[in-house]
Amino acid sequence: MSTLNNTKYIEGMKQSVVVSLWFMFLTFPIMVIRVNTIENIIEWRWMNMIYVGAGSFILSFIWRYLSGKDISRRKESIDAQGGHRSYLQRLVSEKRLSLPALAIVFGIAIIFPFVSSTYQTNIMTTALMYVVLGLGLNIVVGQAGLLNLGYVAFYAAGAYTYALLHHHFGVGFWLALPLGALAATILGVLLALPVLRLQGDYLAIVTLGFGEITRLVLENWNEFSFGPSGISGIPRPGLFGMEMGMHDATVYLYFLMIILCIVTIFVVNRLQDSRIGRALLALREDEIACQAMGIDKTRVKLTAFALGSTWAGLVGVIFAAKTTFVNPASFTFLESAMILSIVVLGGTGSIIGIIIGALLLILLPEYLRAFSDYRMLLFGLIMVIMMTFRPQGIVTGVRKTYEFHREENKL
Amino acid sequence: MNPILEARKLSMNFGGLRALDRVDIVVLPGQITALIGPNGAGKTTFFNCITGIYSPTEGDIFITPPGGRQKRITGFNIHRVTESGVARTFQNIRIFPDMTVLENVMIGRHCRTNSGVLGAIIRDKGTMAEEKAIVARSYEILKKIGLTEHVNLLARNLPYGAQRRLEIARALATDPFLLLLDEPAAGMNPQETKDLEALIISIRDEWEVSVFLIEHDMRLVMGLSDSVYVMDYGEMIARGTPQEIRQNPEVIKAYLGEDVSA
Repeated sequence: MSTLNNTKYIEGMKQSVVVSLWFMFLTFPIMVIRVNTIENIIEWRWMNMIYVGAGSFILSFIWRYLSGKDISRRKESIDAQGGHRSYLQRLVSEKRLSLPALAIVFGIAIIFPFVSSTYQTNIMTTALMYVVLGLGLNIVVGQAGLLNLGYVAFYAAGAYTYALLHHHFGVGFWLALPLGALAATILGVLLALPVLRLQGDYLAIVTLGFGEITRLVLENWNEFSFGPSGISGIPRPGLFGMEMGMHDATVYLYFLMIILCIVTIFVVNRLQDSRIGRALLALREDEIACQAMGIDKTRVKLTAFALGSTWAGLVGVIFAAKTTFVNPASFTFLESAMILSIVVLGGTGSIIGIIIGALLLILLPEYLRAFSDYRMLLFGLIMVIMMTFRPQGIVTGVRKTYEFHREENKL
Repeated sequence: MNPILEARKLSMNFGGLRALDRVDIVVLPGQITALIGPNGAGKTTFFNCITGIYSPTEGDIFITPPGGRQKRITGFNIHRVTESGVARTFQNIRIFPDMTVLENVMIGRHCRTNSGVLGAIIRDKGTMAEEKAIVARSYEILKKIGLTEHVNLLARNLPYGAQRRLEIARALATDPFLLLLDEPAAGMNPQETKDLEALIISIRDEWEVSVFLIEHDMRLVMGLSDSVYVMDYGEMIARGTPQEIRQNPEVIKAYLGEDVSA
């Protein structure tokens, strides 16, 4: 027994040595060699190489420990016939637990702007915007299984609708809100029409292109969108014509976002458990069989795109109102990638997962400003680790299935 | 008697390959019609043409719903064929694996119901009543097919034979008057095949749905069918009662090859 453990240990040592040698070799050009252009000499920083070697050696041990644990856990959960559920899932599904939890979260959300600074409230508002964006994209990606990499285009449509309508006609926030949503919905349908036949990678590429085209149009069509300089002076939302200071306006927007979040969760939840939600799911599972069941593929896909982009349009209007300024730089591919990351990281198809994903991905970088140089590095590292150890996301999307009970004869 | 399904000179080309060559078929109401033939004869292609998965190169397809008028469905979209009352199953099972048995059948009710996005959000009385009716009807169908013990199970966890039955249940949920079964007995054990035979007969007699099936299991076909069509290399080479087909020299040749001794 001990000899077996010993050989295993030596095997692990060997692996880690190889890993650290590799890392030392790979990082050699950037970590060790440094050209000092002032004195025209090359500095050899051998100490860095030792750091890299030692660091990767230790990390590889941790990595192996974690992945070993993960594999044994997976086996366990298979043994349990999928009866294993995480704490979060239980929290959501059991009324006894979920109601108090909901009350606490709601309480914190109400108190939050009064105990924190304007800056904090502002960040939280942004995070809430991404919650809604994530939930919207989830309808398209998570439920219908259509990978959309150009989601930011609909976000831009909402923002520019408000900006342009205000610029030309002096339209206010409350009128712009439904109009922005409508514009995004129409754009969603327009995009969906040509891509109906596409699936998987092809769809992803076309939507990616669509997002970029939208941004480029906004950037270059000066007469229409005022180009890269954007549109400024967009008013914040009013409240019965009251004048609000900076702080009050921020708090007001925060509560607007809270309301929009609740509405979104409510609507998305109901859509999931409906005839339309089922059709979306069936379409994701098997397109041909779904059609053979008499479901109009075209209509369902259009519905999915339209429903998904509506939320982006709504948030777009709020974004314009919040920053009082829009320009194309806010609507790059990175935004689409960010929203998609929220959906994937949080757990595709899981509402609570997406909320957590959005809060993490938006709030973490803000609070990691101290390490701002390494922010993207950390971000990438988290993504890699997540996808390796928990590809299904933070919260596994457990769909509420229809269960039939003879006595009650209800869902 | 008006044929429930009629294909006239149906041809299908894939590039230079002629998969179907002027195929004529007539399916009569209240009957079980079988389509047999060696592998690659074009049977599934024929089904795919009827159900709109392929658009036939030439020819026409007509259906006549019971008590209705003749209707041309050539080149219809898949879902419109189903809406018109012709449902099908697939050779390789295509249930929705991550949905429950009940949900699979509920999907079949989709085309006979019509609540939309607004109804889903508001959950008005009409929508809820419809939703209830969908569940009730789906359960009723599962009861008739004999799948109620698995009703809340994910479809992927069903045993093979039950998955085939589920596919039939799901197709029946679309209220068809004609059911196309593509090799329903493939991969089944003798007991399951026997159960299937009883099921198909009950579909004809109790559900009053005509059946048109592709099958390789000759015992099943000969015992079940009211009339049989034989295809080979995309052509219809024979039609008749099971008795006639059994003695048809053309059919024997297609299945066993030329008789060398003759």
